[in-house]
Amino acid sequence: MADLTRADVAHLAGLARIDLSDAELDRMVGELGVILEAVATVQQAPIADVEPMSHPMPIVNVTRPDVVRPSLSPQDALAAAPETEQQRFSVPRILDEE
Amino acid sequence: MTTDLTRATAAELADLLGAGTVSSREVTQALLDRTAAVDGAVHSYLHVDGEGALAQAGEVDRRRAAGESLHRMAGVPVAVKDVLATSGLPTTCGSRILDGWVPPYDATLVTRLREAGMPILGKTNMDEFAMGSSTEHSAFGPSHNPWDLDRIPGGSGGGSSSVVASFQAPLAIGTDTGGSIRQPAAVTGTVGAKPTYGGVSRYGLVALASSLDQAGPCSRTVLDSALLHAVIAGHDPMDSTSIDAPVPAVVEAARRADVSGMRIGIVKELTGEGFQAGVQARFEEAVQHLVDAGAEVVEVSCPSFSYALAAYYLILPSEASSNLAKFDAMRYGLRVSPEGVDAPSAEQVMAATRDAGFGDEVKRRIILGTYALSSGYYDAYYGSAQKVRRLIANDFAAAFERADVLVSPTAPTTAFRLGDKLDDPMAMYLNDIATIPANLAGIPGLSVPSGLADEDGLPAGFQVLAPAMADDRLYAVGAALEARLTAAWGGPLLDRAPDLTEVAR
Repeated sequence: MADLTRADVAHLAGLARIDLSDAELDRMVGELGVILEAVATVQQAPIADVEPMSHPMPIVNVTRPDVVRPSLSPQDALAAAPETEQQRFSVPRILDEE
Repeated sequence: MTTDLTRATAAELADLLGAGTVSSREVTQALLDRTAAVDGAVHSYLHVDGEGALAQAGEVDRRRAAGESLHRMAGVPVAVKDVLATSGLPTTCGSRILDGWVPPYDATLVTRLREAGMPILGKTNMDEFAMGSSTEHSAFGPSHNPWDLDRIPGGSGGGSSSVVASFQAPLAIGTDTGGSIRQPAAVTGTVGAKPTYGGVSRYGLVALASSLDQAGPCSRTVLDSALLHAVIAGHDPMDSTSIDAPVPAVVEAARRADVSGMRIGIVKELTGEGFQAGVQARFEEAVQHLVDAGAEVVEVSCPSFSYALAAYYLILPSEASSNLAKFDAMRYGLRVSPEGVDAPSAEQVMAATRDAGFGDEVKRRIILGTYALSSGYYDAYYGSAQKVRRLIANDFAAAFERADVLVSPTAPTTAFRLGDKLDDPMAMYLNDIATIPANLAGIPGLSVPSGLADEDGLPAGFQVLAPAMADDRLYAVGAALEARLTAAWGGPLLDRAPDLTEVAR
């Protein structure tokens, strides 16, 4: 089983878009190590040749009639936005400057 | 029948309202007055909507006076866990990242409450995004157990368990991903049921783990839970995982309370070792009561359950890390700019917002889920967990060949003290050991009080599990046990809880 290093946790936090502080990183390395050791026991279960189960109910291909139905008005959809402009969500720059 | 409207059951209130003996406004006002008196000490609510609840109650009273045909639960107030979208009412999920968010739509189950004419009293406290077993992970402070205010009311639905246990509401909505309805019920001496996965629509339920989440009723009696279950259950085209089949006859089963000839399976792996002595003792007495009521007992073994906790804490974080990616600071919720960065990028704003807006437990699980799903580790962790999930479902299938229902203590211990397990995530996770297998397999479960543990005088819970879509059996067993135990105790267990108006002073 792979041990999680501080650098691993920093990398994962980056992937998850969480800007952890140094103190949070220090604490989380230890906590995640304990949890990971416990959950890794799934690998000791007799799971060879067992079909994975992703969902409790065997329901497939649920479709609805292809008809127009009411949806949120632009006002309602934008009502909780941190920032709006010209009836749109206003977001910070999405490209790097260089 | 009791005259104190706050202590009346939902079934009693429905009868009183139907007979015109009391108005919904009177009932609603009595409950709001109770909240004003005790919720400073208990902290069940994140938001109380007194004005809205009284307006809904007044509307039901007006329609009843006009002779309209109303739902049998019309006018009976209900509290709703803060993880369900309520238009016009804040919905925070116990998180800073949604502080002050008011959804533009109602969850389907909220629509059904409104259509039945049930006034919504307010939104109940919870661990942030339902991650926890104590409400201590709520960003807005924990709820307290009405039996002992220094102890946890269970979690994640500790607001919903404590709101009914402290007589602030006869009914509440909870959600159960790994036990968040049943474990809080167990530690507060109340009743809670997790329906079959797909039995109640998840539309408008802010998802924690989509393949495990299920909303259900919380109450003080088994019949009351059945009545609420019947209001909120049933097919919803807005949830593609919703079951398109008739709702099991839960109310009828609770009223009949008949277990004669029923085969009750004791799950060997969920009793004995690891369970507090007083919890185990009350469990064994409860089983004997069911035998006395005509049930037959068999012992069943579910060997894969020893891997259930590990599988759950891989599957849940994996699904949660994906579901919580939507909190991106762009369309709704908190937006925080990183300090000392000129013209930050969207990614930097997102990362700063998620660090400021999420609590420690949420961050831990998102990062764990991100790891379990990452390339190179996926098969070892998430893939293995999904295989274990199959083994657990197979164990249930085999057990239900031999028994009509399965039983165990709901939680391994009575309520622990606030703060006791906050710094030890694994110790906190172990509270869910008996409740998690049902979520992994999608089967229904119910917790009903089994009495007070001798060593600490605190409530213990008795769990009943049934095959998918046999939710009615939970209520038959729960009601039969409740009737016999209430007779043995000489009244409801909650009559022995401290008087909060004295304690709060």
